[in-house]
This record gives sequence, C-alpha cells and structure tokens, in this order.
Amino acid sequence: MSNKIIKKRALIPGQTSMLVLDAPQIAKKARPGNFIILRVTDKGERIPLTIADTDPDAGTITIVYLVVGKSSALLETLNEGDNILDLCGPLGKPTHIEKCGTVICIGGGTGIAAMHHIAKGHHNAGNHVVAIVGARSKDLLLFCDELGGFCPELIIATDDGSCGQKGFVTDVLRERLEKDKDVAEVVAVGPVPMMEAVSKVTKPFGVKTVVSLNSIMVDGVGMCGACRCNIGGETQFACVDGPEFDGHKVDFKELNMRLKQYKEQERVSMDLFRRQYGN
Amino acid sequence: MGTKRKINPVRTPMPEQEADVRNKNFSEVALGYSREQAILEAQRCLQCKNPPCRKGCPVEIDIKGFIGHLASGDIPSAYKVIKQTNALPAVCGRVCPQENQCEGSCILGKKYEPVAIGRLERFVADNFDSDSVCEMITGDTACSLPNDQVKVACIGGGPSSLTVAGYLAARGVPVTVYEALHEIGGVLIYGIPEFRLPKSIVAREVGALWSKGVTFFPNWVGGKTITIEDLFDDGFDAVFIGVGAGLPKFLNIPGENLVGVFSSNEYLTRVNLGRAYDFPEHDTPAPHPKNVAVVGGGNVAMDAARTALRLGAENVYITYRRTLDELPARREELHHAIEEGVKMELLTSPVSINGDDNSHVKSMTLQIMELGEPDESGRCRPVAIAGQTKDIDVDMVIIAVGTGANPVLLEATPGLELNKWGYIMANPETGETSLHNVFAGGDIVGGSATVISAMGAGRRAAKTIAERLKV
Repeated sequence: MSNKIIKKRALIPGQTSMLVLDAPQIAKKARPGNFIILRVTDKGERIPLTIADTDPDAGTITIVYLVVGKSSALLETLNEGDNILDLCGPLGKPTHIEKCGTVICIGGGTGIAAMHHIAKGHHNAGNHVVAIVGARSKDLLLFCDELGGFCPELIIATDDGSCGQKGFVTDVLRERLEKDKDVAEVVAVGPVPMMEAVSKVTKPFGVKTVVSLNSIMVDGVGMCGACRCNIGGETQFACVDGPEFDGHKVDFKELNMRLKQYKEQERVSMDLFRRQYGN
Repeated sequence: MGTKRKINPVRTPMPEQEADVRNKNFSEVALGYSREQAILEAQRCLQCKNPPCRKGCPVEIDIKGFIGHLASGDIPSAYKVIKQTNALPAVCGRVCPQENQCEGSCILGKKYEPVAIGRLERFVADNFDSDSVCEMITGDTACSLPNDQVKVACIGGGPSSLTVAGYLAARGVPVTVYEALHEIGGVLIYGIPEFRLPKSIVAREVGALWSKGVTFFPNWVGGKTITIEDLFDDGFDAVFIGVGAGLPKFLNIPGENLVGVFSSNEYLTRVNLGRAYDFPEHDTPAPHPKNVAVVGGGNVAMDAARTALRLGAENVYITYRRTLDELPARREELHHAIEEGVKMELLTSPVSINGDDNSHVKSMTLQIMELGEPDESGRCRPVAIAGQTKDIDVDMVIIAVGTGANPVLLEATPGLELNKWGYIMANPETGETSLHNVFAGGDIVGGSATVISAMGAGRRAAKTIAERLKV
C-alpha cells in the first residue's frame, strides 16, 4: 500500500484537516465505526483516528484530525503527494447497523467526521437519519454539506448562535426526543463531556445510545490493554470490543482520567516539536 | 589413560556490564564471548557419540557439529550448521531457556557445569560475517530460484512465522509474512527489552530472511486487513497462523483501572516498540514512577521490573505468591534482576490497588501467603494467612500474570476450531488446524511459552507444509 495523501483540505485552518489517502485494502474492508492507526515518522507514536469516509472503488479512505499535540502537528506538516509512513486498519468493531427507523446522529468537533461515516451507514440501511451537529461557532463546523446530502434533517447548534440554533446539541436533542417518541437510536461522537451529556439526556427517555470512545491506545489490536474502559462494571478494550459502547453504561469519569495520564509528556513533546519546527 | 583430555569443570564466564552500571542503561547486559573465550568453551564439549543435547533442542540444531567446527576455529562452518535448522540463532543464543533444553541434557552437566551451548550459539551468530546473504543462510553462494508453483502466507511476524518463512524460503518457496504492528519480529520486538535482545539483532535476522526472498507486509492485521479466506482467494496454497497470545490478563481486583496501572504488554510495548526509553527523542511516552510493583514471577515480570529500574524508579518490587524456589522466571533473569536492585516481595498476593484523589495509584494492599500442600502442578499451593495483609507505597503497578488468546483473527475465521481456553486446536506433530492447509503454532496454540518452543512448532508446521506442497 502506498498510503499516499491524494487530497488534503484544511477544514478549520491551522486546527483541523482532512486527508484522503490511497489505501485500497483498507478502503475495501472498512465499515462505519472502524478506525486506523498511523505513524508519521520512524520515531513517531501510533495514533488512532476514526475513518470518516471510504471510497472502495477509488481505493481511498478519508480521515480528519485535530492538531492537539506533537503527533498530530507532525501529521499536519505532510502535504498532498506525501506518504503516511505506517497505516494500519481497519480496526475495531464496525457500528452495529440495522434497519430500525429513526436514528439521531450527534457529532461534536472532529467527532462530526466520524459520525458522518456512521450516519451514512444508517442512511444506506434505510434509516431516517437526523443529524445534529454542534460547535462553538460557525467556523468550527465540519461536514455539514456532506451530511446535508443524505440526511433528511440536519440540525446545527452553535454556542454563540452564529449558525443554526444557539445552544448545545443536548438542548436540540432533548427537544427532539420530547416531540418524537419513535427514535430508535441515538449515536454520539465527540468530546467526552459531550458524549456524557448526551447519554444523560437520553437516559430518562430510554433510548438506546451509542458512543464512540477515544481511549489512549498503543497497538490497537487488543494486545496492550491501554484502552480499557469500564462498561457497566466490566473492563472492556475500546480497540477490539469497541470503540462503540452503550453510553448508559460507560464510566465517563474513569475514561476522562485515563485520557489525561500523559499530559505532562505531551507538553514536553509539543515544546520539542515547536523548537524543531520553529513555531 | 594418557590420551584422555582434562575437562575444565567450570564453564567460561560471559563478560557482562556491572550491575550498578547496567541498571541505568538499555545496552545489552551480557557482552558476549571473545573468539578466544568461545573456542575455549567449545573445547569443553565431549563430542558425544549420541549427543543428548540435540534432542533437548526444539529446532534440532546439530549442536555437536557446530561446536566441533567452533572448537577448531572454523566459525563459517559452525554458522552453516546452525542455520540449517535455526532461522534465528542470534536470538536463540540470547533468550532460550538453555538450562532446561540443550544445556539441561548435556552429559558434561551430570558431573560438572554443562557446555555453555547458548553462549556459543550467540557467539557464532554474532561473529559470522559474509558478503553473500544467500551463503549465510543456505551455504550456497547462489540463492536458489523461488519455486513459483506454490506460495505460502504467514500471519504474524514473530518467531514461529519467521521459522516457517526461513525453512520454506531455503527451499525456494515464496513466503509472505503479514504483521499487524509496524515492525517485524513480534514478541522479539515489542516484548523482550533491548538489554536482553537488541533490536538490531532481530533486524539483522529479519533482513537475512528478506534477502532470501521472504516478503514482509507490516501494518496488516490478520482478520481485519486480510482474512484467511482472502489469502486462499489470492492464490496462497497454505497459511500458517503465528499470531501469538497477546490478550493481557488482569487480576480483577479493585483499583485496576486507576491511572498508573499497566499490563506488562502495554508497558513493554511502549518502551520497546515505541522506544519510550528514548522519549522525547521518540514520541511514545512512558511513565516515570518512583515506586513500582510488578505482579507476577515470570520472565515478563523480570523484564518489566528491570525496565522500570532503568527508567529511573527508586524501588521496584516483584510481588509473587510463592517463594523463590517456585518462581517461574529463568534463573539467569532472576539473578540479574536481584543484582540490579529489584526487591522481592515473596508470598504476597495483591488484594487491591488504592488511589489518591486524582485517581492515581498510591499504594497496593497485599495478602500475606504461606505454602500449603502441593497442587496438581506439583508446586505447593499458596494459601492466604487469614487477616494478614500489608500495604506498600507505590505509584505504579504492572500486571504481568500472563496473556490469553487474542480473538481478532479467530473471530474472523469461520470453521477454525478452538480449545476451551480459546487457543487454536492444532495437531502437535504437523501443526495442521481444523481447516485444510491452514497451520498454526506458537503461543496461539499452546498459550504463553518460550520463543524456542514457538520456533519448534514453526519448524514442524513448515516441514508438513513442504511435504504437502511437494517442495
């Protein structure tokens, strides 16, 4: 596999980019909900990223990333025509998709990209997909055109009201669940506090809620146990048992504290990157 | 009587780094023999008529043969003899439990110390240098042309698959090895630390296979990127499964998901595969705790404990529920660990891991044990002494109590029969599984064992594959 970057697009300049990669074997095998692990340099970390889209005919996959630390900053230095050093996947269990009626798909931040692939899967299965997309403001929204292409309802919520409804995705979701008693499933992909808040909103309605967990991973194939999370009192591995789990069973507090464990090293790494790249 | 030579009862010592120096670096502990030392040690070999050492070797190295050449100073001939049956001699010379295998069977060992067969194997592998890689492997100056009538795939790039690849490549069969991680070598890379097995040594052995025509596909996950069905559709004639047993086991005690609790797999993979000992030069981070408890008494526990010392921990404890006599690690590893400063908390079993307000490990509560009657394994059963516990202050805990079968490939392979523990059922003589022309070996068949036993299984499977495919 060449792992060549066919297309690069800055979705939010300096912050979030989209890459279309030449990876025919992964494109052939990937299903909504799967992720890949990549490495940018021979000294680089293995980074897990959810697959935002695939085109099996063209042999490409799409990934979207947020520049947060050294590894994603390194990825951001690559351009069209460059190759990703290591690209491994598809990993994780695909989203469980069946024809079930109305599905509400909620995305926040770069999670919108991952949610897009899942929403597309539900649409292709014949479900009525309601997409709820949230961001702090208009400029931070992603994939709205793509979602609008197949979702009969696309509801946007921004914190500052610069686009769509002013407020949080959870406000929109609650209103919708109060009006519509026939929602079969809610899917939420985004920052941990958002997924936790969504799960809290749906709980009293008794609606099945699926969240996609972004735990720290190393190998991504069930070997190391770094990504373990507490699902209803049971330890499960996000990489092979997930990454999607029942939002009503996830111990979000534990997930949050485990996500922060390398904060200090991440800062050291980022400082070194800034010195090396002079920014 | 006059012709009988005098045998030195003591084996030639192997130079090694001083304990209080080596516990601060990741360079190899044992430095290897000089040529003179190797020849001296080789000359201790009795050259038995019916040498039992070979029967003790899972890959059947002609030990008498190679030591004979070495004793006369002919390193190239010694190397060729070893390479006839062993694809990874530089690895085996370092990590095999020779005391239970070749050296354990050595006749000289009945009266004196056995011949240091492992050290000699290592010397020969490290010191044979050839311009022709083909010659290095096959003894022929020209590589045999690939037999393009058949092709074989191996899933997993660890010792069992590398043995299969080496055996078949020597017969001209094109072999493709699919490995899930980005580096080839499996446990040799992610599991065994640099100070016991330098990665350059593994890379050299893999490089030799590469030049012999073996194709390696890193970043291909068996069962995800490619299935066994896909491989047969792509025209492979036989498939060998050597995916290891990589599912970490935990203890299911309170506090196990606290920050600072690691499986040995995660800890060693970060440090070895991710080169976290070289952070921030390499990007993968590892924790730098002060006080570390390692739960378990096997080689992996020793590796984790010695790694933690090298990363700057002040106190590293091995907590093991029996006594030193039952501790399963190789004596040499245990001895090295103690020399380097690892402390033994014997007859203890963890009850809980306790956290601070930030959900970070603060201490561990240990149940005090005593030895009871022998159990079915023949070892004395550890029994809890009621009411006796103690707490140790630790800010990191590494769980090294073994691994289970990783289900990723198995779940994606319909018809593959597993045993009650979830390992693949394979014929112990041939390696064949319930699926036609699908073979398996190594830890995914037998559970966590040794590098050399995985290689022995690979060798048996490769022989069957060669017969089956008539190569």
